[in-house]
Formats: sequence, structure tokens, C-alpha cells
Amino acid sequence: MSINSLQERPSREEATVTQEEAREAVFRTEGLNLWYGNTQALHNIELDQRANEVTAIIGPSGCGKSTYIKTLNRMVQMNPIVKVTGKVYYRDQNIFDRKFPVEELRTRVGMVFQKPNPFPKTIFENVAYGPKIHGIRNKKLLAEIVEESLKGAAIWEEVKDRLQENAFGLSGGQQQRLCIARCLAIEPDVILMDEPTSALDPKSTLKVEELVQQLKSKYSIMIVTHNMQQAARISDRTAFFLNGEVIEFDETDKIFSNPSDKRTEDYITGRFG
Amino acid sequence: MAQSVSEMIREKRKSSKRQKLEKLVPGLLFAAASVSVLTTVGILLTLVVETFMFFTEVPFSQFFFSTEMQPLNRSEPTFSILPLLSATLLSTVIAMLVAIPIGLTTAVYLSEYATDRARRVLKPIVEVLAGIPTIVYGFFAFTFVTPVLQNIIPILDRTNILSPGIVMGIMIIPMVASLSEDALSSVPLSMREGAMAFGATKFETTVRVVIPAAISGIIASFVLGISRAIGETMIVTIASGSNKNLTFDITQSMQTMTAYIVEVTSGDAGAGTTAYYSLYAVAITLFVFTLAMNMLAKYISKRYREEY
Amino acid sequence: MEQNYINQEEVSRRIPGRLAVNKVVRGLFLTSTLFGLVVLAILLYDVITDSWGWIDWQFLTSVMSFNEEAAGIIGAISGTLWLMLIVGPVTMIIGVATAIYLEEYVKEGRVRTFFETNVANLAGVPSIVFGLLGLTVFVRLMNMGSVVLAGGLTMSLLVLPIVIVSAQESLRAVPSYLREASFGMGATRWQTIRSVVLPAALPSILTGMILAMSRAIGETAPLIALGIPALLIPLPSGLFDSFTVLPVQVYYWTIDAALNQNYASLAAATIVVLLVLMFILNSAAILIRNKFQQRF
Repeated sequence: MSINSLQERPSREEATVTQEEAREAVFRTEGLNLWYGNTQALHNIELDQRANEVTAIIGPSGCGKSTYIKTLNRMVQMNPIVKVTGKVYYRDQNIFDRKFPVEELRTRVGMVFQKPNPFPKTIFENVAYGPKIHGIRNKKLLAEIVEESLKGAAIWEEVKDRLQENAFGLSGGQQQRLCIARCLAIEPDVILMDEPTSALDPKSTLKVEELVQQLKSKYSIMIVTHNMQQAARISDRTAFFLNGEVIEFDETDKIFSNPSDKRTEDYITGRFG
Repeated sequence: MAQSVSEMIREKRKSSKRQKLEKLVPGLLFAAASVSVLTTVGILLTLVVETFMFFTEVPFSQFFFSTEMQPLNRSEPTFSILPLLSATLLSTVIAMLVAIPIGLTTAVYLSEYATDRARRVLKPIVEVLAGIPTIVYGFFAFTFVTPVLQNIIPILDRTNILSPGIVMGIMIIPMVASLSEDALSSVPLSMREGAMAFGATKFETTVRVVIPAAISGIIASFVLGISRAIGETMIVTIASGSNKNLTFDITQSMQTMTAYIVEVTSGDAGAGTTAYYSLYAVAITLFVFTLAMNMLAKYISKRYREEY
Repeated sequence: MEQNYINQEEVSRRIPGRLAVNKVVRGLFLTSTLFGLVVLAILLYDVITDSWGWIDWQFLTSVMSFNEEAAGIIGAISGTLWLMLIVGPVTMIIGVATAIYLEEYVKEGRVRTFFETNVANLAGVPSIVFGLLGLTVFVRLMNMGSVVLAGGLTMSLLVLPIVIVSAQESLRAVPSYLREASFGMGATRWQTIRSVVLPAALPSILTGMILAMSRAIGETAPLIALGIPALLIPLPSGLFDSFTVLPVQVYYWTIDAALNQNYASLAAATIVVLLVLMFILNSAAILIRNKFQQRF
């Protein structure tokens, strides 16, 4: 498989498109509990992320949705007071297994953050950062990866003439797409997005949403969002979190048209949150 | 290219070189961090061991309770810290008599009265005073302040404790001013507004409300200033001479603890002599005093930190 | 029953007095603030007039001499430069490494409190005590003598706490989302520090370093305690050569000033050179800070 196929990686979709249920689970969460010190933030979470699907996680502030997504690449454990029980499998490997290095997990599972967070480096260096730290030094190859990743994040046309400029010169929306490109450069399997559009204007938000739709064919995406319209627009399945619990997890259409839990209905109809 | 990026990454990951580096780095950093701990240990060990040697030769009581300090007397040297202590005490008191009123009022002016523009100009200038090397202050005390004072106080000796005390105070002004100003400006505006709303003038607000609210930070700045004055060396070495008689006459030459250390180390007291060991006994006293002051300052600012 | 506790007339009558007090006090406080300024001006004026006519090419490039007219400070200048050559790299490496250890590896807890308390206490130890440490350990125990290396190491230990604290502040100013971005891509801790955190903190670290150097070259007491001689010595050409530095030179000339007014002039001239050097360092620090100020 060549580097150029980064965009047209043959997806499993073709084989399984008819049988939704047969799609393999990329992430399987079983009985996950999480504490910040003595405060329990997540209660017995059970959730599957399937390949080539977009899962949206919605819920009011403080419901644990960001905490959950940050557990999947173990960023949450950078806070020393965090304690975790239960299991999360990434493609059948328990991510909490001591033999599974966290760095390896994170090369397979990319993350896009709430606030665009480019490095104070050039646009090129931002995208090349991941491949470089993982040992890719060949200049020609790096240039190719950077181009493909920027194309993948639909920002190539805007920045191709200014790759050597500081990334801080970009607009907020461009910065966020740059961060997505940076994430694509290490060819992750899953992309976690933690409210990626909350700091963006509506136009940039739309661009990122379109991008998520395109990326779906090659990546599995989990996106935390405050914005219910956004969840309805772009996700295949939606999980509703409340007070650290999964209240309901189902097809997005079902959640928004016919939720089975009263609390979900209250939330999506705007009665609280 | 036959491989995808992710495959290449997976392959590179296997190299153990990086893993080793990752394990090695914290160790190296810890070693670096230990240098400062070893410095403390080195200081304590040096002072304690050599002081112990000193007290095998000189009785404890002589050092702390006699008043005769004649370390270089060939036939019968005597050692007493009291003359050095009194000199240190006097120079510190004089310095604080200068530094506290001027430092505190400067802080009040900068934090309460000055406009933003005035503060931006004045504050850095006041802080330049803190950056001037102490040797320069020593030169200033000896060649300028003492002659000027001699015109006013004719009996003033060419070396005396008054002039270096004053100059030391000037040196400490920025320290008191800037720490006190930090304390004053962290008093919330609402407290000032509360006082001014019922007609208090700025001065009344400052004295009745702002200063009491910031008092722990202000006092801590005084204590740190005292610690600084006790440990200051070059100004007193140059301008207060080396008279080791116990006296409280500030117009006379006196030798502080720090100046004594300089005199003995730069003189010809060979290693192993009692005079040499006396250095460490004096230094440990100095060390204990400054450490106590620094800890007191920390305690005050912590213990009485106002919760706004 | 109608009773006024506050007599409005009385209040009004007192107001002008209170306002006058406020005005007078304001003037007093301003005077006191200006006092520092005035002293600074007098000090500089004194030093400059004393040195007038003494600073010339001959003074800057000649070695020490007992003949005042021929005396120069090239030895002290080169000694000061040698000192910087040691203090710079030593404190940079140890200080920044310590700061990285405390900020990026230990984070919270007792270990960090222990190290930080230690650094804070060291920063308050009088410089003369560091001189005694250097005298005991480097000069005598290690038998170096009062050479460049002994002086450099002593001075490094003295300014190390300053460098550590300022480097810690620089690292703390690097926003955590940059670290997160790097960790999120599978970078290890050291990779993150080396390629993201350090480059972002570097200008600020350098600024702190230069200010610490400026402090080091003005320090006198520890070097005098090491037994740096006031003799005619050849220019140092290596780590194990005898040396003197500008402030020590000032010291010996100042204490001889009572004997001969020319020595006061030589001391003043040396002070001017020292202050100019410090001014250059401080300006460099400010320039770096302004030029590379990151907007995160």
C-alpha cells in the first residue's frame, strides 16, 4: 500500500456495508469506572465504537463526556489523581494493560482538541511532527506525508504556498483543520474529537463537519459535542451521557426521533442542559 | 514506497534505542536536581565539621559570652562573636531604619497613588537599585557617603557603621518596596471602594483598610530585608573597617560577621589554625540567623495570608 | 425622638483638613519614591566623576600595575569573561535540567516540595557562605587552588537557585495544551519536552539565564573568600590558572583609596566598565524577551 493511498485506503465498508451489525468494534468499553480523587466521574460505562462510523457523544456540561473520550487514549490519566477500573479494548487489546505502551495506543488513536492547539512552529513542522517523533526522517517522504495530510484535512489549497509560515498566522478554523491534518499524518485508526468546533465560527464549523463526513470512509471517529444539531447531522450513532452514566446509546436517528429514555428526550428537546 | 506510514511507524517503534533514552532521561534529570540538594548538604557539612573543630580548641562560653575578640593575637588569641554580632545588629537596624519607611512609602505610592504611566516609569528605576552590585555600594559608602556625613558629624571615623548601614538600607529599598507593593496590589479593589464609598480619603483608606489587609506580606518583606542586611558583605567590609571591640557607638569602626569572614579568608590565617576554624563558627551563626529570618518570612506570609 | 449621631456640620468642617493631610502625604510618598531615583543619580554621578579621564584604551587593555597611571584591567576583564564561560553552561545545563525534572516529571507531591524548599532556602543563603563552601570544597579539599574553575563552580552554585526558579517559571508558562497535542500523537514525555516544551520556553529561559549571569559578574564576596589575590598575575589562559575579576579588582582598589586618591579613580573606572557590561547583558535579555515573546 502506498503513501498516496492514504486517501483511498480500501475500507472495510465495501465488505460490510450491507450488514451494519457485522462491523467490527474498534473500541469496546466494558464496565469503565473513573474517579478524580474521591469523586466518581464515570459509572460503569459500556460503549462500542465501530469501524468507519461516527459516534457522537452528547450531554450537559460536566456529564463526563470529555473525560470518557480522553480515557480512550489515556490522556485523562496524565492527571495523577485519576483512578480507573474496568476494561477498554482497542482492537482486542486492553488499553490499560501494562504491556501495551500508551505511546503506541496514541499513534493508533489520534485526538483533536477543543481549542485549536497548533505548535508554535511552521505549518510544515506541525504536520511533520508526528511522523518525525516516530522516526521518519526522509525529507522527501515527509513532504509527501505533509501534502497528503493537508489534503486529507481539506486545507492544502489554503496553505500550500505558506508551509514555512508560523501556524499561529492561520485563522481559528484553519488552525483546527491543521490540527486534524497533524493528526492524519500518523495514519491513525481512530480519531477522537473533543468538541472540535466549540471555539470556531459557524462557517468554519461547517467546514469541519464536512471534513468529518469525508474522513468517515477511512477512519473511525468519536466526537464529543455540545451541539445537538451537529450530532444529528454528522453521526451514525449517538450516546447520551448524564452524570457520568450512559443513559442511552443507539442509532442517531432513533435517539433524535424516538428516544427510549425520558431523560434523553428531556435533553434533546432542551428541557435541561 | 511499499509501506504505509502507520506500518513504518510500527516498525520504528520496535527500536529499543528510544525506549532506553526514555528510561535514562529521568535519571539524568534527577542527578541534575540533586546538585542543589548536595550544595545544601555541602554547606551544612562544611560549616558543622569545621565549627566542631573550632570548639575543640575554644570553649563554647568564651565564644558566646566573652567580649574579647583578638583572633590574630600571636601569644593569646581570644574568640568572641559578641562584637561581630553587635556590629551586624547595628548595621541591620540602621539599614532597616532607612529601608522600611522609604520602601513602604514607595510601595504605597506606586500601588495606591501613582498613575499607570508613572508606575511604569518609576518602578523599573527603583528596581535598578537592586541590580547594582554591592561592591559599587561599598565604594559609594566609603568614598562618598562617609565624607558627606563627616561634614555633618565631625567625630565620625573614616570607617564607621553608620554610613554602610545607610547605604545598605538604600540597597534594600527596592526589595521592601517591590514585595510590599505585591502585597498591597493583591488587596482587592472592592475593599478600597468600600472605604472610599463612605467618604474616606485615599490616605485614610490606605492606612485603615489597605495596609492592614496586606500587613502579612508587608511584614514578610521587612523580615526578608533584615535577612538580606545580615548577610550583606561587601558594603560593610569596605566601609566599616575591622575594629573588633564590643561597642555600640555607630560613629566608630566595627566589624560585622560577614566582614570578619572576608578579613580572615583574604588574610593569611593558614588552614588548620584556630583563626581559620573560627571562620566557620562565625559563618554558621550567620547562616542560622539568615535561615531563621527567611523561614520566619515564609511563615508570616503563609500563616497570616488573608483570604479575600 | 430625633437624634443625629453624625453632625453634618462637624463633618464638613473636618473635610478640608483631611484633604490637606491626604495631599501632604501624597507629596511625602512621592518624595520618598523619588529618593531612590535621586540616590541612583548621585551614585552614578559620583562614580562617573571619579573615573573621569581614566577610562581609555590603555586602561582597558593593560595589565595590572603598581604604577596607577599605567594600570589596566585587561586581566580582570578576561577573568570575568572566563567566569561567564563556566557559569553560563554549568548553570544552564544543571538549572534547566532541574527545572524540567521538577516541572515535567515530578509535578506534585513531597519530592517536589522537598526540592523546591531546598532551592528557596539556598537562594537566601548569604553569598559569603557560598564562598566558604567553595574555599573548603574546591580550593582546599579538591586542591584546585584559587583558580578559574574553582571560582566558576562556586559562582555557579550561587546563581543556580535563581536559574532554576526562572527556568521553572518559563516552563510553567508553556500552555499545557501544547503538551497534550504532542502526547496525543503518541510522543513520549522526553520527545514532548525536547521538541515542543523547550523550544517554546527557550527565549524566556535565556532571558533568565542572562539576568543570572549579570548577577554573577557583579558578585564579589564569594570570590574574595576563595582567596583571589590582588597581585600582578598573568592573564588566565585555562581553567586551572589564577585569575581576578572586575568586582574583586574594584575591592582592592577601593580599600587602598585612603592611601591614594588615584586608586579611587581606578576603582571608579573599573565600576563603570562593570556597569556597562551589566547594562549590555540586561539589554540583551530585554531584547530577547521582546523579540521572541510567544503568543500562545
